[in-house]
Amino acid sequence: MTVLTAILADSLLTDTITKFADAFAAIVIFFGVLLLVFFAAARATGRLGRPLTILVFLGPAIVLLLIGLVVPALRTLFLSFQNDDSTRCVAAGNYAWAFTSDSIHQVLLNTLAWIIIAPVLATVLGLAMAVLVDRLKRQAVYKSLIFMPMAISFVGASIIWRFVYEAHDPSQPQIGLLSQIAIWLGAQHPPNWILSHPLNNALLMVIMIWVETGFAMVVLSAAIKAIPTEILEAVHIDGARGGQTFYYVTVPMIRNTLIVVLTTVMITTLKVFDIVRTMTGGNFGTQVLANEMYSQSFVQFNVGRGSALAVILFVAVLPLVGYNIVQLRAERGIR
Amino acid sequence: MRVEAAPDTARVQPVAAVKAIRRSFSTPIASFFVILLTVLWTIPTVGLLVTSLRPGKDVATSGWWTAFIHPSFTLANYHTVLLEGGFGVSGGLLPYLVNSLAISIPGTLFPVAIAAMAAYALAWVKFRGSDAIFFVIFALQVVPLQMALIPLLQLFSGSIIPGFNVGGTYIPVWIAHTMFAMPLAIFLLHNFIAQLPGDLMEAATVDGASHFRIVRSIVLPLSTPALASFTIFQFLWVWNDLLVALTFAGGSPQIMPLTVRLAQLSGSFGSRWEALTAGAFVSILIPLVVFFALQRYFVRGLLAGSVKG
Repeated sequence: MTVLTAILADSLLTDTITKFADAFAAIVIFFGVLLLVFFAAARATGRLGRPLTILVFLGPAIVLLLIGLVVPALRTLFLSFQNDDSTRCVAAGNYAWAFTSDSIHQVLLNTLAWIIIAPVLATVLGLAMAVLVDRLKRQAVYKSLIFMPMAISFVGASIIWRFVYEAHDPSQPQIGLLSQIAIWLGAQHPPNWILSHPLNNALLMVIMIWVETGFAMVVLSAAIKAIPTEILEAVHIDGARGGQTFYYVTVPMIRNTLIVVLTTVMITTLKVFDIVRTMTGGNFGTQVLANEMYSQSFVQFNVGRGSALAVILFVAVLPLVGYNIVQLRAERGIR
Repeated sequence: MRVEAAPDTARVQPVAAVKAIRRSFSTPIASFFVILLTVLWTIPTVGLLVTSLRPGKDVATSGWWTAFIHPSFTLANYHTVLLEGGFGVSGGLLPYLVNSLAISIPGTLFPVAIAAMAAYALAWVKFRGSDAIFFVIFALQVVPLQMALIPLLQLFSGSIIPGFNVGGTYIPVWIAHTMFAMPLAIFLLHNFIAQLPGDLMEAATVDGASHFRIVRSIVLPLSTPALASFTIFQFLWVWNDLLVALTFAGGSPQIMPLTVRLAQLSGSFGSRWEALTAGAFVSILIPLVVFFALQRYFVRGLLAGSVKG
């Protein structure tokens, strides 16, 4: 037994060292090549110097973006008009499938519910916290605790919440907090939460809200503190009470930030597939677009359908990100 | 976003109006709401931690909240999941933890270096079209990762360029994370680097310093706060990522990171809660330490940026 453990520990150690050595070697090679190129390019002077500098500095990023995003995105668009093993063109067939098939109908409806309910609730709770926490003692503690889920992976968050939703047979003691609370509140037979449609969709959204409320709170809190105090002072002298000031000054002044927070959480929500994948695998009527895209592409290898779903996702995200970009550019223009 | 103040920095003495707003929300109901929400937000994580410290027999038969009445704690679950498996499978999570580190560290350093170079060129080596290039890079944030996955997987597995097959190594994961980080990284770092004092650069140029020298001795030292913010952001992103890891490393346990492994275990061995909670806590421990130690930088990065992926 000790020998076996020793061998196991030994192979584990070798394995660990090899992996770290790989990563370390990659880092050394990467920065070595970088320094070498820098050294060589810095020697070039005269007319060649400037274009060479630009090439060395900007070249790697542009190449990575072309190979990693631009070309693949165009290819996905192309693949979405092909059949599932990309041998023949099916025109808009994949899109027709996406919008007419019954199973995808449910997926699109779920996705719509997700991108409305989760971002709105996260933003409202975040705004409430940002406004209310301000005058409590030890506000940094409350803020940190609300913000903490942002650091946790969606997989970790899903496991945390799956444990909350764990349901045992009513004859046994419950180990999931939600079931126990239901019993304390007088329920005789709490349901198996994850299996009860459509409640399970709401329960999955709770995870998203749990993660994103901290983000909304931090960004909105910073925006509220950036409101010039002269304005608040003037309103105060004019006789506005606190509540009025909040509705007529604070909210309009942070309107842009509110919308940016809302759209940002919407984009995250549209693209998140980790939660559904870890919690239900998309079963029990909880499937969403991003996870369906993953299943079609990499589980069932329906490349055409998967690509079409990716394009639909892109088109859905486009106006939201577009709005954020315009907003950001406008703000930077003013500055 | 214009706002840049960290949320918990010391503030100036509030004026009467600010006080008035605060007062009007300063009812016991408001305090109750804040405390209630904070407790609700914290309890699930506490439940995870407590459960991971209880013996398996207790976990299966009683709720974790009863552990405070009959305390019985052990670190055995951590020993089991890290080294022995404990999910009815051989092999613990330790190799996957190593994989997560081996993916995250290069996956953070590579994009930071490349993006910093590009950001400097776009901000200080002005040429015809540099503004247009910056805007296009910035606008590429609209492309969801999902749009790029299928073709990239085909590329890395050698089905586009025959003979170029790096599947089953860390290389596709590193490259994919580096690629996907570019738009946000260049945008954030450009914002910061473009605001560095131009006099310094001019003086250095007059003294005959090359751009490479300026980057090394002026730009990099002065950009440390921005570089730190983005580094933390990117590290947490890569560490917590499931989509990229599942696509490019999901097939081979040799390179699979913790998130992928946990997602698998959660599906197939979901009833062994003492092991699953310990495994989950192992995976969230490093992000939580990074988060609490460097929260200020993380917040700064968040406020300066927008969306990723």
